[in-house]
Amino acid sequence: MRTPAVLTVLGEDRVGIVAAVSGALAEANANIEDIRQTILGSIFSMTMLVTVDEDHLPLVELQSRLAEIGRQLGLQITLQREDVFRFMHRV
Amino acid sequence: MHFTPEEIVETLTMITRQRLDVRTITLGLSLSSCVDSDIDLMARNVYERVTSTAARLVPLAEQLEREYGIPIVNKRIAVTPIAQLAAATRARDLTPLALALDRAAATVGIDFIGGFSALVQKGISDADARLIASIPGALATTERVCASVNVATTRAGINMDAVLAMAQTVLDTAQATADRDSIGCAKLVIFANMVEDNPFMAGAVHGSGEPDTVVNVGISGPGVVRAVVESLAPDAGLTEVSEAIKATAFKITRVGELIAREAATRLGVARGIVDLSLAPTPAEGDSVAEIIEAMGVKRCGGPGTTAALALLNDAVKKGGAMATSSTGGLSGAFIPVSEDAGMIRAAESGALSLEKLEAMTSVCSVGLDMIAIPGDTPVETIAGIIADEAAIGVINAKTTAVRLLPAVGKEAGGRLSFGGLLGEAPVMSVNPWAGSVFARRGGRFPAPLGSLRN
Repeated sequence: MRTPAVLTVLGEDRVGIVAAVSGALAEANANIEDIRQTILGSIFSMTMLVTVDEDHLPLVELQSRLAEIGRQLGLQITLQREDVFRFMHRV
Repeated sequence: MHFTPEEIVETLTMITRQRLDVRTITLGLSLSSCVDSDIDLMARNVYERVTSTAARLVPLAEQLEREYGIPIVNKRIAVTPIAQLAAATRARDLTPLALALDRAAATVGIDFIGGFSALVQKGISDADARLIASIPGALATTERVCASVNVATTRAGINMDAVLAMAQTVLDTAQATADRDSIGCAKLVIFANMVEDNPFMAGAVHGSGEPDTVVNVGISGPGVVRAVVESLAPDAGLTEVSEAIKATAFKITRVGELIAREAATRLGVARGIVDLSLAPTPAEGDSVAEIIEAMGVKRCGGPGTTAALALLNDAVKKGGAMATSSTGGLSGAFIPVSEDAGMIRAAESGALSLEKLEAMTSVCSVGLDMIAIPGDTPVETIAGIIADEAAIGVINAKTTAVRLLPAVGKEAGGRLSFGGLLGEAPVMSVNPWAGSVFARRGGRFPAPLGSLRN
C-alpha cells in the first residue's frame, strides 16, 4: 500500500538535516514527491510530500524512525497522512 | 506541492497550540440481543456483547491518532437504553446491569459508557421506574457508567411526575456520592428532546432507530475558534466574525469527517454522524466563554453574551454543515460550567448566573450543564429548574438538558473538584422563590401547539 503523507521538519539549522531525513526515507522506500525548504533567521523549516511504501515499512514505524532522528538532531519532525490536509484545506 | 507551507503550518498550529482534537469516537451498540428474564444472565450477555464488539475500538483510535497526528481525546460506547432491556426481567434492582457495563468498559479501556437510561416523556413504565430507582446506587457503585432520562419531547410535552422523580434522583445521587464531591451527578443527565445518536457523555445512548453497531464522532476546537476570533481586528464587524468562525468550523469538522470515515471503514461498522459541537475542556484557552470574550463581551455572562453565543453557534453549524453530510447528535456549542475555565472565572466573579446560563441554553447546545448548586437546595426547586429547561427545549423544538451537582454540605461560594475533563465547579446560588406547589402538581405539561405539524 502506497500512502501519501506530509512530512514537516522544524528546528535549529545545522549540517546534515536533509541528508538524515532523506536517508531515512530512502531506507524505507518512501519516495519524495516534492520538497520546500527555507531558513527563517536560524530556524530550519522543511515540508515534504512523500509516498510511503507501507508494504516495505508501515507509516507508524517510519514515524518512530523519524522521531528518533528528530531527537538526535534536536528537531521537531512530524509525518502525517496527507488526507488530513486535503480534507481541511480543499472543498 | 498540493498544499502551501502556510496551510501545513496552520494545521500543525491548530493541533499543537490551539488544542484541535477529535473529542470523541463513540461506538453505538444495540444490546437487544442480550435480553434475558434472569438479570444475572442478562448482565453476562451485556458484558460479552460489549467486550467482543468493542475490543478493537481503543487500539484503532490510537492507530488513527498516530497516522493523522490528531489527538482523539475520548473513546466511548453508547448502548441501548437499559430500561428497554429491563422490561424482560422482574428484578427490582438493576445495578447488576450497570456493574456489567462498568466492567466491560474497563476491559476495553474506555472511560465512559452511556445508556443506563430511560425515556419517560409520556409515562413511566414499570421497567422505567425500576431503572430510575436504581440510578443513585448504580452511579455510586460504578466509575464509568453514565445515566440519562428523557422527561420531555416537543411531540409529547413534559412529564411533570418524571421531572419531580428526577429531581429527587439528583439529590439521592448526590447523597450517595457525597464523599466524592457528588460525582455521581456528573454522570446523570435529564433531557428534553433527547437524540438517539449523541456521541457526547454523559447523555449518549444508542437509540432504537439505529443499526446494530455504529460509529459517531464528536468534534471539538473551542481553542482554534478563539484564536481565530482573537486574530481579527477589534473593529471587525460581526459579519466578518461570523465568516471567520464559519471557515474555521469547516476545517475542524472536516477532520471529524475524515476520522469518522476511517474509523467506520476499519472497524467494519456503519458510519453514523458527526456532531458539530464546540466542547470546551478545563485546559486554558480551550473555552467557549473565552470565545464570547474574544468577540468583545467583557466577561462571559454580561449583556451581549446570549447574542454572541447565538452567532457563534449558528456560524459553527453553517461551516460544519458544509464539511459533512452526516450532521447529527447535539451539534451546538456546549456551556458546561465546570469544564470551561472561562465559565468558572465568570461564575466566580459574579458575571454569570444560573438565570443567564438558562437564557444561553435557548440559543446553543445543550443545557444547564455541570453546575454546582448548594446541597440543601429543595427538591421542588430542582424540579422547577428541570421544568424550565425542558420548557425551553419543548417549545423551541430543540434538545435541552440539566446536569446539576448538589454540593452536599456546601453553600454558594464553595467548590466541587473532580479533576480531569470534568474539571471543578464553583457552587452557584439558586433563586429561592420556587415555592413547593408548582413542582408537586404533577401530571403532564401538554404537547405545545407547535407539535401539531402534520
